[in-house]
Amino acid sequence: MPDPIVNDLTFQAATVNGSGSQSSNSVLMRAIFRMGIPVAPKNIFPSNIEGLPTWFQIRVSPEGYMARKGDPDVLVALNPATWSADLKGVQPGAAVIHDASYSNAGAREDVFYYPVPFSQLAKTKIDNDKLRKQLLNMIYVGVVARLLDIPLEAIDHGLRRHFQTKPKAVAVNLQAVQVGMDYWDENLKKQDRYTLRPMTGKTEGLVLVEGNQATALGCLMGGCTVAAWYPITPSSSVCEYLGTYAERFRIDPATGEKKIAIVQAEDELAAVGMAIGAGWAGARAMTSTSGPGISLMAEFVGLSYYAEIPVVIFDIQRIGPSTGLPTRTSQADLGFVYNLSHGDTKHPVLLPGTVAECYEFARDAFDLADRFQTAIFILSDLDLGMNLWMTQPFEYPERPFDRGKVLSAEKLEELKGDWGRYRDVEGDGVPYRTLPGTDHPMAGYFTRGSGHDENARYTESGEVYARNMDRLSRKFETIRAAVPAPLIESGGSRIGIVAFGSTFNAIQEARERLREAGLEVDFLRVRALPLNDAVTEFVKTHDRIYVVEMNRDGQLYDLLRLHLPSALAGRLSSIRRYDGQPIPADAITRPILELEAVPAS
Amino acid sequence: MSVTLNRIGLARDAYKGAATTLCAGCGHNSITNHLIKALYELGIEPHKLAKMSGIGCSSKTPAYFVEAAHGFNGVHGRMPSLTTGAKLANRQLIVLGVSGDGDTASIGLGQYMHLIRRNVDCTYIVEDNGTYGLTKGQFSATADIGSVQKRGTVNTYEPIDLCTMAITLGGTFVARSFSGDGKQLVPLLKAAVAHRGVAVLDVVSPCVTFNDHDGSTKSYEWVKEHEEAILDPSFIPYYEEVTVDYEPGTTTDVRLHDGSHLLLRKLHETDHDPTDRSAALRVIEEGRRTGHLVTGLLYIQPEAEDFSTRERLPEHPLRDYTETDLRLTRAQFDEVMAELA
Repeated sequence: MPDPIVNDLTFQAATVNGSGSQSSNSVLMRAIFRMGIPVAPKNIFPSNIEGLPTWFQIRVSPEGYMARKGDPDVLVALNPATWSADLKGVQPGAAVIHDASYSNAGAREDVFYYPVPFSQLAKTKIDNDKLRKQLLNMIYVGVVARLLDIPLEAIDHGLRRHFQTKPKAVAVNLQAVQVGMDYWDENLKKQDRYTLRPMTGKTEGLVLVEGNQATALGCLMGGCTVAAWYPITPSSSVCEYLGTYAERFRIDPATGEKKIAIVQAEDELAAVGMAIGAGWAGARAMTSTSGPGISLMAEFVGLSYYAEIPVVIFDIQRIGPSTGLPTRTSQADLGFVYNLSHGDTKHPVLLPGTVAECYEFARDAFDLADRFQTAIFILSDLDLGMNLWMTQPFEYPERPFDRGKVLSAEKLEELKGDWGRYRDVEGDGVPYRTLPGTDHPMAGYFTRGSGHDENARYTESGEVYARNMDRLSRKFETIRAAVPAPLIESGGSRIGIVAFGSTFNAIQEARERLREAGLEVDFLRVRALPLNDAVTEFVKTHDRIYVVEMNRDGQLYDLLRLHLPSALAGRLSSIRRYDGQPIPADAITRPILELEAVPAS
Repeated sequence: MSVTLNRIGLARDAYKGAATTLCAGCGHNSITNHLIKALYELGIEPHKLAKMSGIGCSSKTPAYFVEAAHGFNGVHGRMPSLTTGAKLANRQLIVLGVSGDGDTASIGLGQYMHLIRRNVDCTYIVEDNGTYGLTKGQFSATADIGSVQKRGTVNTYEPIDLCTMAITLGGTFVARSFSGDGKQLVPLLKAAVAHRGVAVLDVVSPCVTFNDHDGSTKSYEWVKEHEEAILDPSFIPYYEEVTVDYEPGTTTDVRLHDGSHLLLRKLHETDHDPTDRSAALRVIEEGRRTGHLVTGLLYIQPEAEDFSTRERLPEHPLRDYTETDLRLTRAQFDEVMAELA
């Protein structure tokens, strides 16, 4: 038998959604993580409640790569409808566990089959009528454990971790796992090369967290007190996690009162309207949505920009246009969000590339919104938001909130009431505001989305309008210096990659592959719009730049070309992927090798 | 010249705003004056007031009263969501919204309905003239069937009755009035502000430029001829004693959340119980059937929980909490991180 392939594989379970396979996959993933082996789970699910095909992948790698790799090496096939396609998709040499009733006659001969009579085992070996369907899936956990040599201790840990809140479920699920192990022991024999062995040095101290959960924690730590939302995949879990945490940490134990309002609105228009109303009245307010919701929010966002009202808006991107593929990932809202709403508008857009940044950017967005009195967007996506990612535990914030330029009654008294809502006092374009309820006769002003002068009075004067718009541009320049700067990794190469968001992990892996092929590639990760000079400098010092993103039209590529001096714009090439799946490293490696004319190894 | 000051020492002028830019004779200007009177007599502290509106002629009016208060002229039909957010941020604010029939019954109908069903503590005035004034005279969704536009077009669509809608959605204070009936409107406005919950006032307010002609059911003349007030309201604020004598059986005394009283004296033979939801719907329908505009307090439920209470929000404004109040402690944060391992 040839050498085993250790701790380096992609596992895939192909099941029917609504069958409870999520628990089985989660237990397996946590068991592998328990062995000290890096994991990167990806849930590929339909926009449906029950009955359609769903896949779950776990990327396992000794290096800790977290990008999707693509074709699986170990397959559990439990969906007859996708069986032949699933089989077609595995790597040569793959291990294929499948229901014994599926025929593999005439199918691939370059893989190893492990037929298991799952339905029959469930019928004869599982007593619990009510949970039989779910427990059937737990049987494959046992089979996979034997196939890959996952110790029982790790499986037991996975079960306890998964059923953290209902420990009673552990025993009955463990029995089902044992059914799978027993079946293997009595009937099957290892033929393929894939195996797992406990390791050290990669996962110690790490936690597993979804981006949306990290976002919710960021909102809590950033002092969010009003969250209004409308259910939409893939963003719903942001406010659901926020609600769960709020019930634990925002309740006054003495009174039962809650220091946050989380409102499920009637639609996205109302959701952002509530957040803007709350921001106007001085709360730290947010809304969370996805592309279709962003489209509905366009009008209100223009009001936030022009009337200068703080609000934080999360866009967990999914595939568009229109309803698109609601459960598939994308980076195609970048250009739309940046200039959302009619008239001259532009908005700061934060671009987290890791779950740690989902947390940090959410937390800090409330400071930015208060400081600059405008809508702050955070563009995450389905892959980052809804999948679990390994990360270092998040940092506890040391800085107090920055509430920006707010005039209190005392301050107004000092100024003898001489202030104007839209005056540029410091020359940074950022005006002062007062909050409704401020006990001073000069505190009140009139907020409007129609033309207004420095003192917030209605005007249709073209001159005053232009002056105000110029100040808003000045404010945007101040923002440019305040948003998260790009991260640059440079080894002095003449070739570079520029990207944003969740492609981060695939790019890091691709750079490793390119390095192995003799090509050192530098990397700049844009972490916010507007772009700043660091991007220009990076392009200046490189001959060729590959702009990697998950949309059809190369939206970041276009923004870069607008930002750069025209002499530099020609250095950019665009690498795009838009099939709804998280981009794999080889979708970056291959085109760069081709374009750099490096012979494939 | 001596100036009469109210209980907080302010003159009536302190409740005025910028000069109106609406047409001379517009019903909305009368409503503004009634509002100024009501707020002055109540002794509302200007800084505690938040004036909200959407877009349209009606939505301009917050600029014309209580200049010292904060005002917010938002986007078309979306005043309810801004109002909800403002109230969530700061429960201490007295939130008063002014909208119109276009802003509420068409583009803003969804938000209107949900504001009511949530019982957000605010006053919601609809200045209802059955027409779009700023865009020059199109029908609105509250125009009665058969009513005639200035250019002669007849409305063939059923009107939306904003009061019926408010009552069926669980509105806790629903009244209809007429801009020309200050005697009725001022006490209703005071009661609306005192009410803890959503108070809807659909006030017919004729548009002198586009909808004050023969054939309109929103003209001064039509309303004067067809108004049928069901109850005669008088308002006694919580800081005054009830000293009015009334014959038993002639007057209903509604005690509001803040301790104020709304006394409702029966008119004609109509015996309307404003705490009876079905009766409120019947009286509107009966008016419609007989071609009358029924005005007065239609329905009230003074003790219903408002939105912020149901959401378990503290009386202390959410906007005033600091990082000490809002962040997890380091121990709690570590606990959350440990759970993720």
